[in-house]
Amino acid sequence: MRFKAIIRIIGFILMLFSVSVVVPIMMSLIYHDGATGPFVITGVFELALGFLGWFPLRNYRQQLKTRDGFLVVTLVWVVLSTFAALPFYLTPEVGMNVTDAFFEAVSGLTTTGATIISGIQYLPHAILFYRQELQFLGGMGIVVLAVAVLPLLGIGGMQLYRAETPGPMKDSKLTPRITETAKALWFIYIILTATCAFSYWVAGMTVFDAIGESFSTIATGGFAMHDSSFAFYHSNAIDIICMLFMFLSGISFALHYTVFQRRRFLDYWYDVEFRYFVWIIITVAVITLSTLMINHVYPSFEDDVMHGLFTVISLATTTGFTNSKFSAWPTFLPVLLMWVGMVGACGGSTAGGIKVMRCVLLCKQSMREMKRLIHPNAVYLIKFGKQALPIETIEAMWGFIGIFIATFAVLTLVLMALGMNLLTAFSAVVDTLANVGVGIDGVSDSFEHIGAASKWVLTLSMIAGRLEIFTLLLLFTPAFWQK
Amino acid sequence: MQIIILGDNEVAKGLTETLCNEDHSVTIVGKDREALHALEEAFDVRTIVGHPSYPNILRQAGAEDADMLVAVTDNDEVNMIACEVSHALYQTPMKIARIRAAEYLEKKLLFGSDVISIDVCISPEKTVTDHISRLIEYPGALQVYDFAEGKVRMVLLKPYYGGVLIGKKLSEIAGFIGGITLRVMTIFRDDVSLKLDGETIIETGDELLFLCARKNIRKVMQAFGHLDSVNKRIMIAGGGGIGFRLAQSLEAKYQVKLVEQDTHRADHVANELSNTTVLHGDVSDKKLLVNENIEHMDVFCAVTNDDEANIMSCMQAKRLGVRHVMALVKRLAYVDLIEGSEIDIAISPQQITVGSILAHIRKGDITHVYTLPGHLAEVIEVVAHGDAASSKVVGTAINKIKLPHGIEIGAVVRGESDLIFERDTIIEAEDRVLIFAEDSKRVTSVEELFQVSATFV
Repeated sequence: MRFKAIIRIIGFILMLFSVSVVVPIMMSLIYHDGATGPFVITGVFELALGFLGWFPLRNYRQQLKTRDGFLVVTLVWVVLSTFAALPFYLTPEVGMNVTDAFFEAVSGLTTTGATIISGIQYLPHAILFYRQELQFLGGMGIVVLAVAVLPLLGIGGMQLYRAETPGPMKDSKLTPRITETAKALWFIYIILTATCAFSYWVAGMTVFDAIGESFSTIATGGFAMHDSSFAFYHSNAIDIICMLFMFLSGISFALHYTVFQRRRFLDYWYDVEFRYFVWIIITVAVITLSTLMINHVYPSFEDDVMHGLFTVISLATTTGFTNSKFSAWPTFLPVLLMWVGMVGACGGSTAGGIKVMRCVLLCKQSMREMKRLIHPNAVYLIKFGKQALPIETIEAMWGFIGIFIATFAVLTLVLMALGMNLLTAFSAVVDTLANVGVGIDGVSDSFEHIGAASKWVLTLSMIAGRLEIFTLLLLFTPAFWQK
Repeated sequence: MQIIILGDNEVAKGLTETLCNEDHSVTIVGKDREALHALEEAFDVRTIVGHPSYPNILRQAGAEDADMLVAVTDNDEVNMIACEVSHALYQTPMKIARIRAAEYLEKKLLFGSDVISIDVCISPEKTVTDHISRLIEYPGALQVYDFAEGKVRMVLLKPYYGGVLIGKKLSEIAGFIGGITLRVMTIFRDDVSLKLDGETIIETGDELLFLCARKNIRKVMQAFGHLDSVNKRIMIAGGGGIGFRLAQSLEAKYQVKLVEQDTHRADHVANELSNTTVLHGDVSDKKLLVNENIEHMDVFCAVTNDDEANIMSCMQAKRLGVRHVMALVKRLAYVDLIEGSEIDIAISPQQITVGSILAHIRKGDITHVYTLPGHLAEVIEVVAHGDAASSKVVGTAINKIKLPHGIEIGAVVRGESDLIFERDTIIEAEDRVLIFAEDSKRVTSVEELFQVSATFV
């Protein structure tokens, strides 16, 4: 373990993170909402402590080893979440205790979007903006941002990048150099966010809302700026824009970059994972719409489509925006949608969940086993598109799904032990582990009324989900700490 | 620069390491997934697994925007085809290929933009042979580097006890060697390059790199305590590409014996060589070696394809009484290991090849690059172009040039062979400047220094 190198990097990233209070401070000065103080205190704290970590070690150059990467990334997420919680805790208008503040901050950074707050629209503007900003920073990943803008990370960058990036293809680089890859990803991310904000504004949102909502749309976060989420706007245009951009954010950003570079839109369709992603959405949407129609939930077909499709995309991309109360939908729909959230979107996107590719591989692998029972001597390769996948990828997929299900089961049982019923516990764990953020039954509106212990469990679950469990879980294995 | 390297062997690895340190964007294409994965772990590079000369693989590796393609796979034909493919389909501006077979290299007409479009052919066998013959010329030298077509040389050696210069300050050198001009480029003491000034004292145990005219080298080496007589008898172990070429170039001047294990190859080699005694047998066969008077050999040079055999046979030869033993060692890890053992010199074909490729990758008119084994340091020959207005160096005195930390100008070669050491010399256009860089990372600043600004046409 190279602790000095680790402290140096975390110190630097914390200093970088202190920039995040600048815009909220400006907001609070413009709107006179009285939240200036807490943000100034937070910023000074971050800057000072970051400086203390970085300055004494600034000339200490040692390359990170692979395992250091996991520790750095986990620490960055925990440390930054802690500091990010300060404004929530310090602002009297919000009035949160430590548990709630930390939950809200983690929910923001991990792009879960589960909230403790009711009466969101009455929050000070600075706080409101800050929540959205946390989602924006967490979406593409703070560490990826650090790799992009900090030359000091050097070769260790790949280790960090891999520990933070979601999806099964962690080694694929867009460009030869990792900093260029990270820059390319952030470039696409910012372009998408800007386009999204502009579209919202054209469709009738205020500038403040447009920017804020676009942050959590592209990050597939799900923090809305009003209690009623997107139902507040009563606008089909806004809902459609939102659907489009949630969908785009569920696609691999590497794919966006390739298409952007080559300017060939057909490349989307040639990507196998993208096609499966589209098919999943279409299938679930058809099931949802027909169930809604059969049960006459909404008066018109248009309403069915607007509410049904919106919810399907919102859940499939693990965003968690709502424009209807889907937890009250008939029969199996709420649970089906939770499962869709668990599957998630494409690897390399901002979405959480297991990821489409892994699920497809899982199905293919199961099919292969069945075929093997019929033809014991046959040779079957697992192919994704036309390419046979290396056995390591398949093994890694199995490993991930195994650990995901185990974590899922354990967390659900723990929540039930803390007093939740099965459905609420199930929904709460999907919400946090897959970073969906909107639940059914006991957590359908907000996470305000669950116990403090449960909140801490869910906080852990959110970080585990964002870092795809392994990165976090590794730190609790003795082998990791052995010299 | 965007550079694509084809190959997953030691040359590719060495090249990757150097280029990554210099902030180039490197993509490596090879067939060995494991080897490439290890490279990706160690360096900030992109790797592509696939057949290096296939068009779609080259495209994946970014051949469309690449500035340079370096084909160093173990297969000559693959290297040639890859260059051809990337020229025809992707118009890659600069293509360097490693070609080993002398059969191809002899035919100069083969290579050119309308035939096989390779801009530079690198032949490791030839470079390594030249390198070894230079070392044999100066008994005791650890490295000998050629500059200005061999008229000026840089020699790395360990000063021995008994040399007149031991214990002397650098500023006093001139007085002891009778008017010979020489310049000590650097001294490595405990593997660290010292910051030199006139007060630095030469000690035994140092490694010292000096520069002087070729004709004076032997005298200077004597002054550093290398009193050995000239090498006369040489035994080469291994009659492969390098062994054969080496015997060919040495047999006129020295008594050469060559040991080759394979009967057919031994026959072939014996047939081609005229003055060399070709022996058929195992290089580690003690009886054979003793029979052939190994104890009277001045140099034993093991150049088989097998690292371990080379190292072992060298150790044995040293025990049997050979004055100098040299082993060809491909694995870079072994090279560091051997340093300072019984084996006098480890020759790394990779390092030598990488150096000759680097000369073409570097910007500016850099004509020679040599990497000092075991150190990050490099020695470079660069040609100054332009005039006082467009160049940062031309028209400036050597001691007035603002050099970055860790960069030393050793001397200037003007015209045919004027070797100039005086620090107040004003550099003229087309002068060849010899530079020592403590760390290859700093070489970029040399490139910048010698680049002619855009206004110069």
